[in-house]
Amino acid sequence: MNHDNYDDNYIRGILNSVKSIAMVGASPVNVRPSYFAFKYLAQRGYDMIPVNPGHVGKSLLGKPFVASLSEIGRPVDMIDIFRSSAHIMPVVDEALTLSPLPKVIWMQLGARDDAAAAKAEAAGLKVVMNRCPKIEYGRLSSEISWMGVNSRTLSSKRAPIPTQGMRLSLNRMSVGGAATTASDRAAKNKNQLM
Amino acid sequence: MTDRLPGFSTLAVHAGAQPDPTTGARVTPIYQTTSFVFNDADHAASLFGLQAFGNIYTRIGNPTTAVLEERMAALEGGTAALAVASGHAAQVVVLQQLLMPGDEFIAARKLYGGSINQFTHAFKSFGWNVAWADPDDIASFERAVTPRTKAIFIESIANPAGSITDIEAIAEVARKAGVPLIVDNTLATPYLTKPIDHGADIVVHSLTKFLGGHGNSLGGIIVDGGTFDWSKDNKYPMLSEPRPEYHGIRIQETFGNFAFAIACRVLGLRDLGPALSPFNAFMILTGIETLPLRMQKHCENAKAVAEFLAGHPAVAAVNYAGLASDKYNKLARKYAPKGAGAVFTFSLRGGYDAGVNLVSNLKLFSHLANVGDTRSLVIHPASTTHSQLDDAAKIRSGAAPDVVRLSIGIEDKEDLIADLEQALSA
Ligand SMILES: Cc1ncc(COP(=O)(O)O)c(C=O)c1O
Repeated sequence: MNHDNYDDNYIRGILNSVKSIAMVGASPVNVRPSYFAFKYLAQRGYDMIPVNPGHVGKSLLGKPFVASLSEIGRPVDMIDIFRSSAHIMPVVDEALTLSPLPKVIWMQLGARDDAAAAKAEAAGLKVVMNRCPKIEYGRLSSEISWMGVNSRTLSSKRAPIPTQGMRLSLNRMSVGGAATTASDRAAKNKNQLM
Repeated sequence: MTDRLPGFSTLAVHAGAQPDPTTGARVTPIYQTTSFVFNDADHAASLFGLQAFGNIYTRIGNPTTAVLEERMAALEGGTAALAVASGHAAQVVVLQQLLMPGDEFIAARKLYGGSINQFTHAFKSFGWNVAWADPDDIASFERAVTPRTKAIFIESIANPAGSITDIEAIAEVARKAGVPLIVDNTLATPYLTKPIDHGADIVVHSLTKFLGGHGNSLGGIIVDGGTFDWSKDNKYPMLSEPRPEYHGIRIQETFGNFAFAIACRVLGLRDLGPALSPFNAFMILTGIETLPLRMQKHCENAKAVAEFLAGHPAVAAVNYAGLASDKYNKLARKYAPKGAGAVFTFSLRGGYDAGVNLVSNLKLFSHLANVGDTRSLVIHPASTTHSQLDDAAKIRSGAAPDVVRLSIGIEDKEDLIADLEQALSA
């Protein structure tokens, strides 16, 4: 897997197949990016589980916080890690003790740990790093295009009519569109400085 | 691994546009509506809180306009774009995100006369102070940097004389100063030059010119290169600080590499109000589909006309970077290898009066204050677009009293040359 440049069909396949997502580092503060992503994904029909030991006893959009992955107590398809790169490995280690194993480890925009990714992949999991599932969902469904964002896709196919919480619109076929080379390069340089 | 990357002409036709999900309409419909219904109260709250992507009110966004925005972001290699009512509106909205009263920005002296006016007079009343630098002297940009400098603004191909700016050299000055480089790419269009590839962080356009291309619609756009880190110090609070108008959201933290375009939309366009009409967005989108074909013809015609003028005894000098003898030819070959654009100036041996005579004797060229139309256009900048500048400033910006500006259209070049020939000898 080339973690610098994912095929749209790889991301689309993940977002189309997972049903439950545990978000590690979810925040109950309604202006935090993790809250935005949590709410967006819940509205798209994903079964969302907030994981954050600092907020046990509270809930996020009606879903109770759990302290750790092992306390979820039911199978989850995807672990979305809203933590910085330095905090990824312990979460992946814990995810790999779950039974059944999750299918996907997803590290948020700005987060990347190649060693943790290799470990998860060796155990048969799919891995996405340095991406936001909300942005990817919005990009591949073209919802994000309403904000003038370069979705980097082109398609002559008619998309299914969007309704709230609908997930099928991800199934529209597309080919790769315009690249954002300069921005990708800037992000890479920034990560190397950190 | 990703799919192969599409070429420029494919993007010009397809980027941002898909068949309408409801009707199957293949051409982007004109969503001529002020407002959009919400699914329910929570959907409305999510949209207003920037938690969901979607349409609220056409001052903030519109589905027809959004296609234009995505297409321009794609053509420039940016992450996102925001369309506004005019090129001038784009400039106000960009600088509003970057400057607080008392701050400064550096601008190239060779600019569209309207931009010189806007920066000198209108922005002064906002407390935004412009420092001028000479694009032919890169060190003059370095010297103009102060602790209050927040941005550098240049034109890729500069109006009126069609001179070419060394984008990479000025991008390096901006990088060292820790400020974004804004490039007005109106006269080049992304077909000829892609400033983001050369180090620009933000691109603005007057869509009114070659992009719309047919002289029928005003419009402007801001393209976010997604390259600048707005949070590395506290210089850009609109992007890095909690925004009170959105309950404390930090724009860059929330929107990542397209944060600047979002700031322009939700802090700039929303509050200042210069929205583009969906009808104009549609007209401009249709224009962009043929941009590559038109630019080829514009450039081919411009070169032929410039060569004709250079050999004419009544002409004192031609400033067209596409001529091998031109002082900007080397830069043109680097930054605009497919052609040096179609806007340029020349001066007449007969001075000011000969210029006025020429304009009145032309029969195909239209005498008007625009560029980038299918039709060929002519103007005398010193008495029109640049008339508010004093003589020294006119000369510095390439609009000396004896200078005539042409914008070459896509007619047959033989007819354009014949028209100039008869007007020069009349
Ligand atoms: C290079 C350049 N920038 C900006 C503008 C301003 O654009 P608008 O007239 O769309 O406001 C113009 C208009 O002539 C221009 O030529």
